[in-house]
Amino acid sequence: MQGDGDDILVTEGLGKSFGDFAAVSDVSLRVKRGSIHALIGPNGAGKTTCFNMLTKFIAPSAGRIVYNGRDITSLAPADVARLGLVRSFQISAVFPHLTALENVRVALQRKRGDNFDFWRSKRVLHRFDARARELLEEVGLTPFADAQASDISYGRKRALEIATTLALDPEMMLLDEPMAGMGHEDIDRIVALIRRVSVNRTVLMVEHNLNVVQNLSDRITVLTRGRVLAEGDYATVSENSEVKTAYLGDVHD
Amino acid sequence: MSALASAAPARASHDARDFALAGVLMIAAIVAAPFFVYPFFVMQMLCVALFACAFNLLIGYVGLLSFGHAMFFGMASYVSAHAAKEWGLDPEFAILCGVGVAAAMGLVSGALAIRSKGIYFAMITVALSQMVYFFCVQAPFTHGEDGIQSVPQGRVFGLVSLADSATLYVFVALVFLIGFFVVYRTINSPFGEILKAIRENEPRATSLGYRVMRYKLMAFVLSAALAGLAGATKALVVQNASLSDVGFQMSGEVVLMTLLGGMGTLYGPVVGAVVVVAMQNYLAQYGQWVTVMQGAVFVACVLLFRRGIVGEIAKWARLAL
Repeated sequence: MQGDGDDILVTEGLGKSFGDFAAVSDVSLRVKRGSIHALIGPNGAGKTTCFNMLTKFIAPSAGRIVYNGRDITSLAPADVARLGLVRSFQISAVFPHLTALENVRVALQRKRGDNFDFWRSKRVLHRFDARARELLEEVGLTPFADAQASDISYGRKRALEIATTLALDPEMMLLDEPMAGMGHEDIDRIVALIRRVSVNRTVLMVEHNLNVVQNLSDRITVLTRGRVLAEGDYATVSENSEVKTAYLGDVHD
Repeated sequence: MSALASAAPARASHDARDFALAGVLMIAAIVAAPFFVYPFFVMQMLCVALFACAFNLLIGYVGLLSFGHAMFFGMASYVSAHAAKEWGLDPEFAILCGVGVAAAMGLVSGALAIRSKGIYFAMITVALSQMVYFFCVQAPFTHGEDGIQSVPQGRVFGLVSLADSATLYVFVALVFLIGFFVVYRTINSPFGEILKAIRENEPRATSLGYRVMRYKLMAFVLSAALAGLAGATKALVVQNASLSDVGFQMSGEVVLMTLLGGMGTLYGPVVGAVVVVAMQNYLAQYGQWVTVMQGAVFVACVLLFRRGIVGEIAKWARLAL
């Protein structure tokens, strides 16, 4: 399946209006299987709205979303996740009062199917501990396995979030501003991590940090005011005059 | 939601030893109590305490504030009283009928309420419980204002008579302990782990592929069934079922007990129930003033020790209770 050039995620005419305000309109995206695809644009361009629609946290008002050849436009968010399209959040999404290990284990528990067995001791979950520790190791969190998630640093929370997402072994990861609010040393670590985990996976990310985007992505889509302004690799997009205007304001002023 | 979560860290599940120690103390108290206190009073306390534990399962571990839990408690007590008196069922089957009806009501009302959050969820549960209350006022089998009186206590499995007060005490203590253990097990089960994840961060749980509504509904039904177990057992203890157990005041009292004892702690609701029922009993001479005193205690609890009695002790002594 890898590298045969087909598209894993396709949207056609995707749009979302809140009353009279069109947050996103007519967005048609094609994300190649196995690529790292970035969605960039100024604040308020509709990137997060797009993201929320792709994972069905917001219902689109127009258009279609096709994932792996299957129309997912009308699926519930949990069911989209079950198909292997798993997202992260802009604000770090950990379970604060669980330990790092337990955070990852909650995701691993999905392998049991429906976890409605309230009559069983949670000791049955210990069989996931080894795998959870492996995942924590992969993101460099081994020393924090038993720390409560609310007590670890912001950068490590983001790493924990990635480990939790990886626990589902998703075919495609959607990362919403993975570098938001991070210092330099953390950024380098997360960039390396994303590059490592993107092997055999597709990654679509929203990101403000253009260095990161240049560094990581195979393909970039630029959004402004809810519309696609340009698409292509970093060189193409960064030479586009409309993109320059959108980012820097009108240079002729 | 997050404020709730931080008010109820619920680390209770993390230390089995503290839990077991407190459990031994509780069982010792249950065994010793009838030698010091009127046993009939202790049995009522145990029923109400189980009711509070059932309520706490929702508020403390799922973050759902139900303001209408008396509908399960009260309706189950009517059903079990009716089954024992009119159908002549043995006590265990009478109780089972009550639990079944409460669970079915939990399924219907839960399915309606669970889609809303916070205050809206609370209001829907209030509205539904008011409907149940007026149904109980009107329905012939509840005998309206009179209630169902002189409910026979019968024989467990047709053998052991519950008319003997010592036997009844053992029976009620066992029902309470079973119910309490079900709550403990639920919280410390694979299911409980997902509940905690949902309470901590619902969108994240969804994004990991958990169908959050089903987990909430399941917890709601469990809580309703346990509240029903408490109410159905109480009907056999006091040998009647009345409107006061299905009314709004009862729904309010269980909130008070849980907050006072410490929501999100296993033993909190038990302690809260003991304190509130004891107040009602020993201060009964002051008539209507009891309600005012309860109000004052509630305000003091919210202002001074938000974690509740057990919550504060657990924090101070670094115990998992």
